[in-house]
Amino acid sequence: MSVVFDILASAGLWAAILRIATPLIFGTLGALLCERAGVLNLGIEGIMTFGAMIGWLAVFHGADLWTGVLVAAISGALFGVLHSLLTVTLGLSQHVSGLGVTLFASSFSYYVFRLVVPVAGTPPTVMPFQPIDIPALSSLPFIGPAFFTQTAPTYLAIVVALIMAYIIFHTPVGLAIRMTGENPHAAEAQGVNPMKVRYGTVIVGSALMAVGGAFLTLSAFNSFFPTMVQGRGWICIALVVFASWRPGRALFGALLFAFFDAFQLRLQTVVEGVPYQIFLMTPYILSIFALALMARRARVPQALMQPYRRGER
Amino acid sequence: MTTPVLEIIGVSKRFGDTLANDGISMSLGKGEIVALLGENGAGKTTLMSILFGHYVPDDGQIRIDGEELPPGKPRAAISAGVGMVHQHFSLASNLTVLENVMTGTERLWKLWSATQAARKKLVSIAERFGLKIDPDARLGDLSVGEQQRVEILKALYNDARILILDEPTAVLTNIEAERLFATLKDMARQGLSLIFISHKLDEVMAAAHRIVVLRGGKVVAGRKASETSKAELAELMVGRRVTRPVREPSTPGAVVLEVRDLGVRIGGVERLKDVDFALREGEVLGIIGVSGNGQVPLARVLSGTLARTSGEILLYGEPVGHLSVGDVVDAGIGRVPEDRNGEGVIGEMSIWENAVLERLPAYSHNGLVDRKAGMAFAKSIIDAFDVRGGTPASGTRLLSGGNMQKLILGRNLSHRPRILIAAQPARGLDEGAVAAVHARILEARKAGTAVLLISEDLDEVISLADRIQAIVAGRLSPPLDAGRIDARRLGLMMSGDWSHAAEATHAP
Repeated sequence: MSVVFDILASAGLWAAILRIATPLIFGTLGALLCERAGVLNLGIEGIMTFGAMIGWLAVFHGADLWTGVLVAAISGALFGVLHSLLTVTLGLSQHVSGLGVTLFASSFSYYVFRLVVPVAGTPPTVMPFQPIDIPALSSLPFIGPAFFTQTAPTYLAIVVALIMAYIIFHTPVGLAIRMTGENPHAAEAQGVNPMKVRYGTVIVGSALMAVGGAFLTLSAFNSFFPTMVQGRGWICIALVVFASWRPGRALFGALLFAFFDAFQLRLQTVVEGVPYQIFLMTPYILSIFALALMARRARVPQALMQPYRRGER
Repeated sequence: MTTPVLEIIGVSKRFGDTLANDGISMSLGKGEIVALLGENGAGKTTLMSILFGHYVPDDGQIRIDGEELPPGKPRAAISAGVGMVHQHFSLASNLTVLENVMTGTERLWKLWSATQAARKKLVSIAERFGLKIDPDARLGDLSVGEQQRVEILKALYNDARILILDEPTAVLTNIEAERLFATLKDMARQGLSLIFISHKLDEVMAAAHRIVVLRGGKVVAGRKASETSKAELAELMVGRRVTRPVREPSTPGAVVLEVRDLGVRIGGVERLKDVDFALREGEVLGIIGVSGNGQVPLARVLSGTLARTSGEILLYGEPVGHLSVGDVVDAGIGRVPEDRNGEGVIGEMSIWENAVLERLPAYSHNGLVDRKAGMAFAKSIIDAFDVRGGTPASGTRLLSGGNMQKLILGRNLSHRPRILIAAQPARGLDEGAVAAVHARILEARKAGTAVLLISEDLDEVISLADRIQAIVAGRLSPPLDAGRIDARRLGLMMSGDWSHAAEATHAP
């Protein structure tokens, strides 16, 4: 038991949780926004990969870090336009389009990367975001190193979650988004254009996903390799369900998953005689349990995955 | 007379070869309730869609308070004070009542929603018109009648002065419908003007001041409610004299289906209890009751889609165990389910596929479906039962409700069933189709089929059934002979007052 306590009492664990959670928060918020308007965006895995690549590439070519994040966001928005064209304008199956976007964006990012960066023994690196020193808070014992040694994008992720929660539940545009995800015909009858709402949410949501990807190359690590997203996009899709499509709960879910992950990493090093692969599996197994517990009460947006065509019922 | 609030002047609309609206003119005064009466396909919904800006008319114009309304703009119609209550509600079941009402009413990019002000406005409108509602209830938790109230409130919230209701009672129970019409009359007294679309003669007579009859896209007549009769309206609407078929006296034969002490529990709730009845060859046994009293489980047990919890079923005198759908079909039991679209047909599939689906083994050879035989069977149903608007290969969804019902009846009656379970067979159909469905049921009775008619329509039960039992809270009353029954006794039976109903029967 003392082993567990030691891990929980180390500031490093809590710092790692926030770090691991950041890309998940961005990705989950992006997917959640799309789904609230009724569009499932399985392009997330590929969009995160592309964002990671293009953001890194921009910085590698001399742009500053925030410009890198912006470039990633714009690339994500463009993939959002593609996904909207397929699912909103053409009304194609959202699953198939999303998987197509993922396959395309993943391979395309590797292609672009290889065009610019030749194969080398050690991949080239950039200087990533550095932890921000917050006066007073960062120097607190335990609390400081645990919670206030993060890079700027981590704080941004938390702020974005709060803003999104506010927009979805307290503004007219948030209501329009929810109505579009529940019943686009009703939205249309009330003078809201469901097509525009879906385009808007998918574009903004995809941009957030790409920013989540860029965090990996510009803050968590300092270089790009094609497999680095490692299924985080799919975790985000599951987190949206876990969160019952609520941004606040999405934030909590991402932190919970990150907690499992950071905890098992540390457990690996102190528990002997158990293959480390067992520990690697635990966050996913626990996530499935958590999902089973939470998602049974979830209220799915009623028009999720249903293409909207004007004048049809 | 002052200027009418709404004038429709010479409106025409063509869809392909059909002229859906042909030079229609009508007007609506302040505080007036006008019923737009017509059969399905008469052009009522098209006209209202033009009025609300969903369609652009080919010709003619619409004026509100004397000013022309720009065609094809729902927003313009809303801001001119026109509110539409659709037959299929435009609501989101996961949002609250208030959220449903508020959507689209504020500038989209405002930084916050004025929820408190909106709630106040909604509550005050609700009070003014007696439309009681909890603004924070989740819409999906409300009954259909309450949801319709929300749909009406939504229109009023947008400051509608002219309210259009598209077949408002189609989804309501009788009691809810009565309550709705009381509300509409109250609204008219308070200065709102209303048009409601209907094909039900009773309700237009009861609720409207004036009735405009539409047939084949044209206005064929306008009558004051006080100066017309149901018979006249029926004739105007259909274009010929419609007579519902009359039941001829007959002598029923042997008991083919007997049910004793039947009980059904679903999820711990007792849905049917101690149900007893006996059904004889060549008779119609009517089960009357307000919907939700156990009709659905009763029909489902007899159709093989629900297992009974207790009791005995004797089929042709033999006790039977659990009935599967296959057993039921093999035993010669025909079924007309209550939910035509959900259980009666598969809309996405063609007419011939729907015709043969419950008898696939009979229409297949060596594991392959005999398409030719299926098509031929479907063709024979279409011809014999006058199913219009489809060919054997066309999609079933395209059929109107009446024609879909004829297909379902045809599929069953073509095989000369010994028993027919018909649940709400004429619900939602127009006059012509009701008469056709009734005629078919009586034909089957004459041919010796034992018919169990489950219905909440008093007129239907009185005109078709030889004997009547009421269903109340999952129990069946003792049977009464049709010859000694009237609307008052039926009312007593349906309210569960069986002893009085029986006494009343003994009185001359």
